[in-house]
Amino acid sequence: MPSYVNPDKCDGCKALERTACQYICPNDLMVLDKEKMKAYNQEPDMCWECYSCVKICPQGAIDMRGYVDFVPLGAQCVPMRGTDAIMWTIKFRNGKILRFKFPIRTTPWGSIQPFEGFPEPSLDNLKNELLAGEPQILDLDKLPEVKKKA
Amino acid sequence: MAVEVYKNIETYKPEDVEDVTVETDILIIGGGFSGCGAAYEAAYWAKAAGLKVTLVEKAAIERSGAVAQGLSAINTYLGLSGRAQQVGDKPNTIEEYVRYVTLDMMGIAREDLVADYARHVDGTVHLFEKWGLPIWKDENGKYVREGRWQVMIHGESYKPIIAEAAKMALGEENIYERVMVTHLLMDKNDPQRVAGAVGFSVREPKFYIFKAKAVILATGGATLLFRPRSTGEGMGRIWYAVFNTGSGYAMAIEAGAHTCQMEHRFIPSRFKDGYGPVGAWFLLFKSVATNAYDEVYIEKKETIEKYKPYADAVPTPTPLRNHQMIEELVNGRGPILMRTEWAIKKLQEEGKDLKKLIEEAWEDFLDMTVSQALLWAALNIEPEKVPSEIMVAEPYMMGSHSGCAGLWVCGPEDLMPEEYKKLFPLCYNRMTTIKGLFAVGDCSGANPHKFSSGSFTEGRIAGKAAVRYVVEQNPNPEIDEAKVQELKKKIFQPMVTYEQFKNASTREDVNPNYLFPKQALWRLQKIMDEYAAGASMWYRTNEKMLKIALERLQMLKEDMEKLAARNLHELMRCWEMWHRVIVAEAHVQHMLFRQETRWPGYYYRMDYPDLDDENWKCFVVGRKNPETGEWEMQKVPYIQIVDWQL
Repeated sequence: MPSYVNPDKCDGCKALERTACQYICPNDLMVLDKEKMKAYNQEPDMCWECYSCVKICPQGAIDMRGYVDFVPLGAQCVPMRGTDAIMWTIKFRNGKILRFKFPIRTTPWGSIQPFEGFPEPSLDNLKNELLAGEPQILDLDKLPEVKKKA
Repeated sequence: MAVEVYKNIETYKPEDVEDVTVETDILIIGGGFSGCGAAYEAAYWAKAAGLKVTLVEKAAIERSGAVAQGLSAINTYLGLSGRAQQVGDKPNTIEEYVRYVTLDMMGIAREDLVADYARHVDGTVHLFEKWGLPIWKDENGKYVREGRWQVMIHGESYKPIIAEAAKMALGEENIYERVMVTHLLMDKNDPQRVAGAVGFSVREPKFYIFKAKAVILATGGATLLFRPRSTGEGMGRIWYAVFNTGSGYAMAIEAGAHTCQMEHRFIPSRFKDGYGPVGAWFLLFKSVATNAYDEVYIEKKETIEKYKPYADAVPTPTPLRNHQMIEELVNGRGPILMRTEWAIKKLQEEGKDLKKLIEEAWEDFLDMTVSQALLWAALNIEPEKVPSEIMVAEPYMMGSHSGCAGLWVCGPEDLMPEEYKKLFPLCYNRMTTIKGLFAVGDCSGANPHKFSSGSFTEGRIAGKAAVRYVVEQNPNPEIDEAKVQELKKKIFQPMVTYEQFKNASTREDVNPNYLFPKQALWRLQKIMDEYAAGASMWYRTNEKMLKIALERLQMLKEDMEKLAARNLHELMRCWEMWHRVIVAEAHVQHMLFRQETRWPGYYYRMDYPDLDDENWKCFVVGRKNPETGEWEMQKVPYIQIVDWQL
């Protein structure tokens, strides 16, 4: 289901520095039509339907219409991605609705301190096999040994 | 099918494109899991050495690479410290892990490389958890196992979390997004040493020249070389990330690096059309798959009898499970059905809560393949009531999954045997046969099953090794400026071609003077599908077919001198296509050389239908000589390094 943009909802991310969907799409598909100030998918058959644009759109303007090759019309998966959880509403072709909520992150966004608690790196240690933070981050007191074939 | 009609036609002459030069010590190309791992580790060690580390990515690293969408499991976690549930009667060991991986490759893997990432991978997963990735826990606080080596996660935000760590480690000022790298640069004074890379912005007319002492290739595997099962709008819904176009393989091949196991490919068996994952169904929910007559076809051991001793391995190697499915399908006993309704009924009988099971089933898709959830909803499929079809897909080239195509890279000092050292001018972990050029994740060959956590880990291994290389060798490569300008002209040529010839036809997409990249893609896919063991041929080929493939690929390459691009997006597609064609050629050359059928279920050399351990229990290592353009192939023996029993 390539993404498509609802023109009634898309505001071209006027208030933002950059168009959110254009920023995020891993395949460079979303483009802003500068005359209409509306986004669109410029290459639907290269859409992986990763939902990155759907999840990031501040206006909730983007949805997927199932790939015509094999998806009957009428179904929908609508995400609402918060800071620690995502909610999904699944609408079946026959009208059945399912709702789910799953956690997405256990710490605040922007809180990662990548080398917290690690010793300062030293050039002497470049020669050994230990990576940053090892062996502590392995929960072991040394790098596990590999038993070689005799 | 038709070519895009672009509203935004915006072409540039190379002379009007600004040059941007970035000088760095270590350049990482690609910001997926292996690239983020390389960035993370290199940043740590670079601090001690006073080095600069730069990452370049053609998309935005928050959602780039194969994990852009998320994942529902981490497939590689050994659990050596006891943080995870134990599956089976013995705790996991590195030796057992190497056994599992080697047998899944039908007896051939670089055990030094596999054992190396295996001994580090748990630490990577512990970092992920600390950073905020929700890993499922049982009532005792242990990670929930999907299978023996896998743990379940709530992984919708897996990539944004890992990208945040990479950004924090590297500093956002050292990350270049929306820059497509097309070629490596070699040292003017030593053609066997890397000197950087060039590429262009897909957002503005800028040509990037990265000067670097070490380069880490982390660009992922290659998709869409073969005609996919859905060829219309659904072409993008292939199983593996459609934006992974084999760039790292191709750039390294063009630079003269050695490839290995490029004959290998991965054919995933997944839920039909949507390509939803099957791992949770087979492993966590203990589901079975049946043919049209409710037979559990994997129990028909006679179909894989001739592939002993590998047929006896537990679990059955992935290609052999594919082979069993293909036997059913070609003999008219399809559809193959995942018996979700049986699995859920059985779990309910064991006391599991139905509501929770349904929730877990849907999360599995929603975390990583939303399309499959949408397809279920569109077909009114409730997995607790009806089964779902599974199917073998089109081939993919990759080195991180149950696929081991890639570059021939150096192993760690303490594990790599002498026999593997011969082709390396210098030995640094994960360095290719080009000095200063490293390869990780899908780009690094013969050490599969890394998946997300192992790829990040392999990136870390190379990140540290690259710092060590720069510190110890103190390389000072020089760029050939004339060569750089020549490349710039070549890179922007498709825009010049379009402008030159666009008025030669009343339809812009039917023009005898040029090809759009989408049109070249159709040609490539038809060649590969029909001559090089694609899905429509049930993965069968022979020497004559492969030779036709090479002839047609050569003509395609010649025609691709006439690629046309109407905007920077399409220019990116042109270079992605070039990379795909180079990888396709490598694949065919390697398949031609290996005269046996090592991986039935992935591909069959019908002129050599048997597995031949006597002659072919070895790696195929290739090199496209940059001087002559000829492929030179050789065998490197497989050596069992780790202590495991069949």
